[in-house]
Amino acid sequence: MATMLKVNDINVFYGAIHAVKGVSFEVNEGEVVTLIGANGAGKTTILNTVAGLLHTRTGTIDFNNIHLGHFPAHKILPLGLALVPEGRQIFQQMTVEENLEMGAYTRPKNEISDSLEDIFNRFPRLKERRKQIAGTLSGGEQQMVAMGRAMMSKPKLLMLDEPSMGLAPILVDQIFDIIQELHAAGTTILLVEQNAQMALSVADRGYVLETGKIVATGTGHELLEDEAVKKAYLGG
Amino acid sequence: MTFLSHLITGLSLGSIYAIIALGYTMVYGIAKMLNFAHGDVIMVGAYVCFFAVTGFALPPLVGILLAIILCTILGVVIERLAYKPLRQAASLTVLITAIGVSYFLQNGAQILWSASPKSFPTNFFNIGESKGITLFDGGLTISYVAIVTILLCLVIMAALTFFTGKTKMGKAMRACSENKAASQLMGINVNSTISMTFAIGSALAAVAGVLMCSAYPTLMPTTGALPGIKAFTAAVFGGIGSIPGAFIGGILLGLIETFTKAYITTNLSDAVVFAVLIIVLLVKPAGLLGKYVPEKV
Repeated sequence: MATMLKVNDINVFYGAIHAVKGVSFEVNEGEVVTLIGANGAGKTTILNTVAGLLHTRTGTIDFNNIHLGHFPAHKILPLGLALVPEGRQIFQQMTVEENLEMGAYTRPKNEISDSLEDIFNRFPRLKERRKQIAGTLSGGEQQMVAMGRAMMSKPKLLMLDEPSMGLAPILVDQIFDIIQELHAAGTTILLVEQNAQMALSVADRGYVLETGKIVATGTGHELLEDEAVKKAYLGG
Repeated sequence: MTFLSHLITGLSLGSIYAIIALGYTMVYGIAKMLNFAHGDVIMVGAYVCFFAVTGFALPPLVGILLAIILCTILGVVIERLAYKPLRQAASLTVLITAIGVSYFLQNGAQILWSASPKSFPTNFFNIGESKGITLFDGGLTISYVAIVTILLCLVIMAALTFFTGKTKMGKAMRACSENKAASQLMGINVNSTISMTFAIGSALAAVAGVLMCSAYPTLMPTTGALPGIKAFTAAVFGGIGSIPGAFIGGILLGLIETFTKAYITTNLSDAVVFAVLIIVLLVKPAGLLGKYVPEKV
């Protein structure tokens, strides 16, 4: 399996706050990899850095052997790296369809309608509401818009930041079903979650973060069985 | 008959305010800043057109095009030099910078073109010798300037509505105005989108400058200041950030101002305008068309 994303010893700061301390990990093609950890462990910071919204002070990030350096975010997406950000961040005042179109902003116009159909097949709910203003949708539907929007760019690597946040348990199950479907369809996924149980059960591999450092790593199964991980993140 | 005549004057003045307000509101929508130098770009546009036509004897249309081109460049340059470095700064910092740019342009115009007023040509829109259409046996004259101004305002309004609603670039602008980080994640270059907005706003300012000076021909370095403030008021009136809001706000402002001058007193026209603004904001704090979108979390 070829390495798709290679994060090597990165340090990220918010002003004087050292948020990510020498983190290294990699995501191989076709894998689902999860980063788990408590609030403030640095998970979102890592994803935002890979996506180009934040930049490293030291360390390197390579995607398909391209050195990302300090690329701005709008130049990273076209490489095939999409992020569904924390809190969804959909365009509240635009329609569902416009949100999805924005996801395909960097793609040629003639390819958009096919992708739109794909998304509507996967999320029939969004098709019914395609002309509705996205801000009026329910939380679960908004998460679908956010995921559909990211998928519109046909990413090679899809990064999901807390897709289950604030959703009812039945919707969390739905979102994880979709993640597994995308995985089965060949999309490589980097998943950040507080819901460690769910995340590890769909992941090939996982990394456990604590206050900006990776403290454990293993397959999803291994981490689910790990006593320390169980105690800290799995409620037992 | 005088009522009709005031109505048309009000509509055409309102159209000028609306064209300026559109620039204000678009820039506010995307950059979340009040570009108080916007009014002074109008003045620059009028001067450019004035010198092109009176100094270089170019045809009015060329003068107008030159004004549009130079103002577009000026707007983009102002954004790059003065506002872009302050992208992460507090909004108060940007506001003060905008006021600074406004004075910079006014003083610059004073140095370049002196403070003494110029008389802007009023014959741009004449057909032959005729200044306008005369109706009802001379009871009512509608100037061509007024007709062109009102029509152009409608065209600009329709074009902008189409642009922001249907085109890729326009939609990207709306996306940026709502959420810059998410827009970047879509691959949208936020900086060039902001530049584009300044370019459009400044081109509109040039058009407004020529139309305004064709109707009110006194041109001096402070010519743009008051209309700029009024147009800003119009944008707030209609709901700042909203394109139809700027249009309606501009038209209403022009009508209120003209009718106050005609039927109450000239001295109070600005006071009445602002009194109406205050009342509107008391009842609808977001302005007439400022929308409140409920957010679900």
